[in-house]
Amino acid sequence: MQSIVESSRTRDTFTLLIFIAVVLTAPIWGEFIGAGYPDLLQKFAIFGLFAIGYNILFGLTGYLSFGHAAFLGVGSYATVWSFKLLSMNAIPAVIFAVALSAIFAVVIGYLSLRRSGIYFSILTLAFAQMSYNMAYSVLTPITNGETGLQLKSSDPRVLDAALGVEPQAVPLADLFGITLNGYAGFYFCAAILILGFWLSMKIFRSPFGMKLVAIKSNQTRMEFTGFSPRPYLLTAFVISGVYAGLAGSLMAIVDPLAGAERMQWTASGEVVLMTILGGVGTLFGPILGAATIKYFENIFSAINNQVLESAYSFMPEWLSDIAILLTRPFVGEGWHLMLGVLFMAIIIFLPGGIIEGVRRIGGIFKKSKQIEEDA
Amino acid sequence: MSTDNEKFGTLSRRGFMKASAATAAAVAAPTILTSTAHAYVNEPKGGTVTLGFNVPQTGAYADEGADELRAYKLAVKHLNGEGDGGMLNTMTNCVLKGNGVNGKKVAYVTGDTQTKSDAARASAKRMIEKDGAVMITGGSSSGVAIAVQGLCQEAGVIFMAGLTHSNDTTGKDRKKNGFRHFFNTEMSGAALAPILKKEFGTDRTAYHLTADYSWGWSQEGSIKKYTESMGWKTAAAVRTPLGAGDFSQYITPVLNSGADVLVLNHYGKDMVNSLTQAVQFGLRDKQVNGKDFQIVVPLFSRLMAQGAGENIKGIYGSTNWNWSLTDEGSKAFVKSFGAEYGFPPSQAAHTCYVQTLLYANACQMAGTFNPCGVIDALEGFKFDGMGNGPTEYRAADHQCFKDVLVVKGNENPSSQFDLLKIVEVTPRAQVEYAPDMADVAGELGACNPGA
Repeated sequence: MQSIVESSRTRDTFTLLIFIAVVLTAPIWGEFIGAGYPDLLQKFAIFGLFAIGYNILFGLTGYLSFGHAAFLGVGSYATVWSFKLLSMNAIPAVIFAVALSAIFAVVIGYLSLRRSGIYFSILTLAFAQMSYNMAYSVLTPITNGETGLQLKSSDPRVLDAALGVEPQAVPLADLFGITLNGYAGFYFCAAILILGFWLSMKIFRSPFGMKLVAIKSNQTRMEFTGFSPRPYLLTAFVISGVYAGLAGSLMAIVDPLAGAERMQWTASGEVVLMTILGGVGTLFGPILGAATIKYFENIFSAINNQVLESAYSFMPEWLSDIAILLTRPFVGEGWHLMLGVLFMAIIIFLPGGIIEGVRRIGGIFKKSKQIEEDA
Repeated sequence: MSTDNEKFGTLSRRGFMKASAATAAAVAAPTILTSTAHAYVNEPKGGTVTLGFNVPQTGAYADEGADELRAYKLAVKHLNGEGDGGMLNTMTNCVLKGNGVNGKKVAYVTGDTQTKSDAARASAKRMIEKDGAVMITGGSSSGVAIAVQGLCQEAGVIFMAGLTHSNDTTGKDRKKNGFRHFFNTEMSGAALAPILKKEFGTDRTAYHLTADYSWGWSQEGSIKKYTESMGWKTAAAVRTPLGAGDFSQYITPVLNSGADVLVLNHYGKDMVNSLTQAVQFGLRDKQVNGKDFQIVVPLFSRLMAQGAGENIKGIYGSTNWNWSLTDEGSKAFVKSFGAEYGFPPSQAAHTCYVQTLLYANACQMAGTFNPCGVIDALEGFKFDGMGNGPTEYRAADHQCFKDVLVVKGNENPSSQFDLLKIVEVTPRAQVEYAPDMADVAGELGACNPGA
């Protein structure tokens, strides 16, 4: 028994090390797929974190929240306000964002978790849309409405002023002197992503994680064994809300701006898509899903006729014209179509998401004996 | 679940050594990247210079975005000496020769802003960080334009605003690295008010429906300011969400509000929908306070007129430019745009085309793509022959000052494009304001060349 636990621990350590290596080498492998620039890598890390957190709720307990973007927005606003009032340092901003999104998650979670299934989803959606509409209209003094909350060099920043830090002409977030934009910003996000991944792995392996899975498989049976599911659900909800708040905070740290559209229902839907696309309830799946969607949004949307022409330049002209005609609807302004096709293909052929595809490819290389064992 | 991990475990051991070596390289990579010396961010090293065209390809302003992109592509052609040269032949103070800019061929990259600040900034960042763009232009929404302008100031590239009409773009959110050719709501108000007074009198009550974002607020404020000063009253000003689609719930209360003028501070598909619904509800056939009910659309464009069809007839508004103008610059632009695409350009296309040429011309004048040099060349630059008469880029706020057109939906259009009739060309002096006027005062800051 002891040895099984130990070998599982070594496996986890290796998984974590591989994960760290892949994340930190992103600027190198990103180069090969055209993603080797700071903004997209930051987005990979930030939305990866968002999806990991979401997966703790949706993947483990099966509760489909349709309102997680609210916490993303709260995290962003809290961060920008910390930049405006306290200091350009990222640490107080992150703490403030985490605290505020946790409070929000407790309130929304406490009310929404009184129901389950579709009713829970609708309640969370309602709360998120309410937050979005309030940020957009009545809370304009706090959120600056549609234009979004922006930094000014004339903001008070009491901590910076007390420490005698010179105000910058273009305010950028920093970490004790290191300006957090470009690759420095990416490594900051990457460090937090790794921390978030490690924590999520710990939760997956813990008795607490087991109880969350128990809620998903049969809540009634769990109640009969003497456990009340509500406190566990609320904890999972708050943890995933904090992850979302942290992701929102990172968004504002690498790009000091917060807008209401981060809270819109489409943003909540996006994280559901990311999780399902990558693989619900798996450790790596959500991150893969997040990276895939952000890659499509940023790279495929930028492909225009000019790019296609140079890509097909090796073909004779008539053939390249046909190739352009066939590919054009799926790229550029049609990137949503491409994503839709991919999403359908994965749901139909790989219900377990991208991660299942990876596993199947891995399975081909395995001996038939092992496959029998797995089955 | 444990079987899954087993597979990851085997994978991981195999790749671990390789990965850890790569990690070391990755940690070192950024320092290699930053140590290359550049005088300014994205200094073009090869034979081409890259411009970033960031327009809405999806969402409420997609029609405008598509037309903007056509204009940008045409401008690039003309700069590189292809086609008939368009406005390069009519622009005064022009140093461009149709052989690229500063000896470099002009290339471009495109992106979709989705009419969302976050998406627009992500797209602009990709152009700056990955594609090496020295200038970003575009935007069909003031909220987006302001967000992207702020980003360009941070990143150290030039932002040439496309279709953005809010005062804030060159008002309280003005930036040293940002420039706008398009007019603004203050100018619309100043140009439109005298015509409204002449046509509808001074005893009117207005009801505003306003798109709920930067531009809508700005437009509502300017129209209120000028109409109230000539004696009009404002019954109510209701904010509607951008891209609402159905405006019937906002139009019904207008009938019982006692107002006799409806001001639609909407643009793009929103305006098409709200105007069509207002006409369907029979507002224009009504008599209120013994006067004919009127509708005013402060910012007009031919694309919208096309969308709204019959409903646009006889409705007043203002516009930056219309293809029916007969000056040399407009004729040259309409001719080459028509030859390329088969229909006349919109005002959005015009302003984007002009902005690209003005930027290229400033680079040629400065002899560099360094933002600080380009800013010096553009500030206070005076030009003519680009469709708006004599125009000046005011140094104090980077706003172009020129004549403003007051237009009316054409009652008897001679073609499917002949939709707007020019009522008056309001001279520049009448629409000019002080750069530090109460509602628009802002700080330009210092020029930022990045690196």
